[in-house]
Amino acid sequence: MTRLVAGPFNRVEGDLEIKLDVEDGAVSAAYVNSPLYRGFEQILSGKAPGDALVYTPRICGICSVSQSLASAAALGKAQGLTPSENGAILQNLILAAENAADHLSHFYMFFMPDFAQPVYAGEPWHAKAAARFRAIRGEAQREFLPARAAFLHIMGIIAGHWPHTLGLQPGGTTCAIGGAEQARLAAYVSAFRRFLETTVFGDTLERVAGLQSESALDAWAAEGGPSSSDFGRFLALAKALKLGELGRGTGVFLSYGAYALSARPAFAAGVFERGECRAFDPQDIREDNSSSWLVRAGGPRHPSHGITLPDINAEAAYSWCKAPRLGGLAVETGALARQLIDGHPLLRGLAADGGNVRARVVARLVETARLIPLMERWIWAVRPGEPFCLHAAVPGEAQGAGLIEAARGALGHWLDIRKGRIFNYQIIAPTTWNFSPRDVAGVPGACEQALVGAPVRTGESTPVAVQHIVRSFDPCMVCTVH
Amino acid sequence: MSLLGAEAPDLFSALDFARVDVLAHPSIGEISGAPFNELISGLCSGEQPLDILCLEGSVMRGPQGTGRFHMQAGTGTPMMQVIADLARRARYVLAIGTCAAYGGVTAAGGNVTEACGLVFEGQEKGGLLGASFRPASGMPVINISGCPVHPGWVIDTLVQICHGRFDAASLDAFGRPRFYASHLVHHGCSRNEFYEYKASAQQIGQLGCMMEHLGCIGTQVHGDCNIRRWNGEGSCIKGGYPCVGCTEPAFGDRDHPYLETPKRAGIPVGLPTDMPKAWFVALASLAKAATPERLRRNAVAETIAVHPGAGPGKHSK
Repeated sequence: MTRLVAGPFNRVEGDLEIKLDVEDGAVSAAYVNSPLYRGFEQILSGKAPGDALVYTPRICGICSVSQSLASAAALGKAQGLTPSENGAILQNLILAAENAADHLSHFYMFFMPDFAQPVYAGEPWHAKAAARFRAIRGEAQREFLPARAAFLHIMGIIAGHWPHTLGLQPGGTTCAIGGAEQARLAAYVSAFRRFLETTVFGDTLERVAGLQSESALDAWAAEGGPSSSDFGRFLALAKALKLGELGRGTGVFLSYGAYALSARPAFAAGVFERGECRAFDPQDIREDNSSSWLVRAGGPRHPSHGITLPDINAEAAYSWCKAPRLGGLAVETGALARQLIDGHPLLRGLAADGGNVRARVVARLVETARLIPLMERWIWAVRPGEPFCLHAAVPGEAQGAGLIEAARGALGHWLDIRKGRIFNYQIIAPTTWNFSPRDVAGVPGACEQALVGAPVRTGESTPVAVQHIVRSFDPCMVCTVH
Repeated sequence: MSLLGAEAPDLFSALDFARVDVLAHPSIGEISGAPFNELISGLCSGEQPLDILCLEGSVMRGPQGTGRFHMQAGTGTPMMQVIADLARRARYVLAIGTCAAYGGVTAAGGNVTEACGLVFEGQEKGGLLGASFRPASGMPVINISGCPVHPGWVIDTLVQICHGRFDAASLDAFGRPRFYASHLVHHGCSRNEFYEYKASAQQIGQLGCMMEHLGCIGTQVHGDCNIRRWNGEGSCIKGGYPCVGCTEPAFGDRDHPYLETPKRAGIPVGLPTDMPKAWFVALASLAKAATPERLRRNAVAETIAVHPGAGPGKHSK
């Protein structure tokens, strides 16, 4: 057995190092380390409750709105306040804009450039993939960035700016809009739809969202338009490199449910395991610090009374990340989890044997194809003149939890207010689930499990297969170690 | 991430135009693992020249000055050591964002991670590199503060550097480029008419001036945020929330809630700094007495409740 220290991993958000045990040309065990501690939970302690809306978005420049929304939801629970209808619609639009932009940023900026790596120079597809997808100099990123920037004008209209808006409040949003703003929002979404349909998919969003099975996907990908689209190019690469067989995860998936309005969320909440969906109970969550450089605090705790204090000398620790578990299980979260739990037939097919690199990438793009038509509907559901933001006092003593879906998966904020101040604030970010270290029972986290079996070529220290698996989760390490 | 939103031109066109060749970047760079660490050691040793170092995020010196709160992956080296080594080789050093410049929110609440900026710790000179630090060009560290930064602030700076048009006189006392830091957030405020008449919003989301009740400090904070718009047409004020002072060295801790204005005897503490307080109070009470009904009512509404009257025309003499 040999031991590799892989990292740093560029094109993931934040710092990441992975120790790999390698036997017979494949990874036999992985130890994921987030080598950064940031202390946001300690920073929030003692602050005025509403100030959480200033601090938490600044945990991350890429998941900023998601952090805002989870914080607003937790405060809203504590205040007994729910957003106005208009406010809830604009919150959904702002979150959808961030999530769609993040999904595409992951695809073009983080994931696809791996196929341009010199390790693939001998492959027949390499020259074309490199010309199209290479970082910074490739043509795809240069087409994507202007489309993304124009799409994010949505934030300029309804959130002030992106990232780090203060426009998401417990009672709704702070920027009331009228018909002209609706028209401009619709124009930006429509322009992004055109980019998606011409460049990303080579087909209508509705056809992509409606693909029912792996065989339907294969047949679709062979058509003229799709085969010369970037999604089509990915599917061809995924076939050549067997990415559908790479990076099997835990097989247990979690979603808190995404884009709630007054009725059910647009993408359902729940837990998915072995083809079956079941209800999710937030009381089943525990944070385990057995492998973290954190004070152990007498064993795993529910985040509503969680403790996050650094202990650089903690025994057997190898990461700043905690190990959240759901009913004792290591789970995977993200777009694939959302689409599996929402019952999307294509993803149920692609992940029939568990999560894998191809299914995670396909899930993000299919989800984007489903999200844009929802945004189009939400824009015109806003009723100008009716309230956008409701108000209520912050009680001196109250608790609240805000559970939402960020681009990268389940994000939870737990807030405890005492004497009018934040007594305790605990956050579990999506990548804390996915990139958790081992728990008290020695069970590895989702990515650690997914890396087992990854092939290692001779001479590789940060194996390309490991990079594909890591990036397929779209990790956000800065949120992980908030 | 904010920088990826650059427009007209987009980020990569702007970098081409500025003749910037990106050697390495954690989010958008191509290489990972050993090749990345080899590149960094080559730059640290001076083997490969480094024209510009941009740091994003604060320097984590904790615990107890060891830097172990932030290690460079795959090397066993504290990140603060890597940053210091690179800064000493670079011709120009830029701190991108308030954290890299001054410590920012990561240094808030007792600063458990011992976070600081490159040459500042809050308003105090020093930071990681020390007050007297100068990179090879002799130009002080450039602090493009802001949380977030406007993509234009970064690109305008880089283009001027690459054309040799950026010198020490281009910076203010906190190392910020004057082209944006010599403006106040108040300049171009879309709510100026409400400000003039002291017609104030009572709750967030209402149209009135946010200085009196909602904690807005835009009259004192440096930035061209309401002149140079964000994501096409936005700004904090246009988005319906107050300026919280994110470009300032002290950003991160505030002795009162961000969305409330502290007052003494009913008068907001922290009035504009460069006019006599008595004059401000006198002007404000005059303005308040003269506030048109339209502004008084619109100030506490989410959307315009009273419309401006018929504009000037041939009957308006």
